[in-house]
Amino acid sequence: MVERDRLQQILMHVFMILLILCCVLPFLLMVSASFTEEATLARNGYQFIPEAFSLETYNYIFRSASTIFRGYGMTIFITVVGTLINLMLTILFAYPLSRKDLPFRSGISFFLFFTMLFNGGLVPTYMMYANTLHIKNTIWALIVPSLMMNAFYVIMMRSFFSSSIPDALIEAAKLDGASELRVLSKIILPLSKPMVVTLVLMVGLNYWNDWMNGLYYVSDQNLYTIQMILNNMINNINFLAKNASLFGATKVDLPTIGIRMGIAVIAVLPVMIIYPFLQKYFVKGIVIGGVKG
Amino acid sequence: MSNMVKSKKNVNSYKFQERKILRYWQLYLMLLPGTLYLIINNYLPIGGLVLAFKQYDYQKGIWGSVWNGLNNFKFLFSTKDAYLMIRNTLGYNFIFIITGTIFAIVVAIILNEIKKTLPKKIYQIFILIPYLISMVVVSYIAYAFLATDSGFINNTMGTKTNWYMSPKYWPYILVIVNLWKSFGYNSIIYYATVIGIDSSLYEAAVVDGASRLQRIWNVTLPGLRPTIITLTLLAVGRVFYSDFGLFYQVPQNSGLLYDVTTTIDVYVYKGLIVLNDVGRSAAAGFFQSICGFILVLGANFAVSKLDKDNVLF
Repeated sequence: MVERDRLQQILMHVFMILLILCCVLPFLLMVSASFTEEATLARNGYQFIPEAFSLETYNYIFRSASTIFRGYGMTIFITVVGTLINLMLTILFAYPLSRKDLPFRSGISFFLFFTMLFNGGLVPTYMMYANTLHIKNTIWALIVPSLMMNAFYVIMMRSFFSSSIPDALIEAAKLDGASELRVLSKIILPLSKPMVVTLVLMVGLNYWNDWMNGLYYVSDQNLYTIQMILNNMINNINFLAKNASLFGATKVDLPTIGIRMGIAVIAVLPVMIIYPFLQKYFVKGIVIGGVKG
Repeated sequence: MSNMVKSKKNVNSYKFQERKILRYWQLYLMLLPGTLYLIINNYLPIGGLVLAFKQYDYQKGIWGSVWNGLNNFKFLFSTKDAYLMIRNTLGYNFIFIITGTIFAIVVAIILNEIKKTLPKKIYQIFILIPYLISMVVVSYIAYAFLATDSGFINNTMGTKTNWYMSPKYWPYILVIVNLWKSFGYNSIIYYATVIGIDSSLYEAAVVDGASRLQRIWNVTLPGLRPTIITLTLLAVGRVFYSDFGLFYQVPQNSGLLYDVTTTIDVYVYKGLIVLNDVGRSAAAGFFQSICGFILVLGANFAVSKLDKDNVLF
């Protein structure tokens, strides 16, 4: 019996180890391609352990690719600004909804909730942003369409406020003459730190990884984020491959495979570095957002 | 007399209501930015659904364009595109739901059965890595495996398969990529439910001499049932929607693969932005919005019948 239990434990560990290898190895293939000498890559193809190791890719990226740094800067900018505005909108909307004494509370909740049930879809949304609000090729195109991206995060904050913060605390603060904004910033938010961190991470990850807003609304290369640069490189290469005959000579200046993979690695790196330290907040966001989001 | 008292009381309570609302002005002010945003981002575009019944003219805008009845829908459904994209959207979603759910449950149960705490923590960290990567980067990774000349698969197998031109492989590739990207996320949700199961049930099963499999079958799975039902129904509520990135980025927009990679979202995007065929695109979008809405309501109704605690609204 004990013997069998040990065997089962070992088998389960083997299964999980194989599984996490499946999660990590594809990613490592990309990383190792970025460290492979270009000629070797062309000859041997993608390999997990490069035959000839080289830092040429990263040298190139750091030396000459101002577009990549610009893209990086854009990504950081929209992630920081977008997350901050998103956070503000979400918390300012969630706090009043958490107050049981607010008149018309259920009507306002429904107003929020309905957006999760029904939407106009891409065509009308695009028309409005592009033709009515003229957001195309502005930095706002990368920020505004994803603010309050998921009504469920508002509901998540609201539920947390109303279940974890005693009404008496709010009452006491108001008797002392504190304004609502003061109650929110000085009492509620300090007590909600884990939830706020979770929200920041989910929203921040969404902005960092976003390429769709760029695809829909941005064609100006100066506004490209790192994800859009990656997306654009694929498009250019496919375009050239399809129309190779148009250009006659095959000598078109394309980023090499190594460089492409290097940029992809750089795009993922910050997420991979901070993720292990904040894993429990991601898990919280997934568990809460997953069941109802 | 009593009437007068009553009406006076009404006036009072009306005034009282008004005062009460005034007293909450700060809270309403806080709601204002979000309300404006939801109106612009979510409510106004709903009005734009009328585009599906119009012949769109850029000069005249949405409201100035002339009505053309059901013509957009007639055009849309007269092509084989309509059949293909609906088949693909529904078909892939059903396969994703089945494979994703089964695999996530297996992983969640194994995580729960493993005794050592540290490895368990490490496994949980690693299985979420694919979830954190954007679809663009996923398409780069897929390319590293599938490229014809240098790709890892052709390299190790010694084959020369041109993956990006062979539609027959793509249903499998897309299912694998989707599973790879999303299983960690779903496993974490199921795992959270598993660890919430009352441990006295397990102890009782052990006392009764139940084997590991018997415990899983008789305690864990029944404990997971409500979550399985809820998540599955919610996913069913979204079967008319697809992960645009998965179907657009990963096949790298290869023309030969359109038949097996075009979902409604891909079609709407291409019609709107690439082909400038607003009419058909709007019709497909309208179809998606309405079917999606009906299914979400249906799914919620089903959840409310089966599992009241997890009902959405």
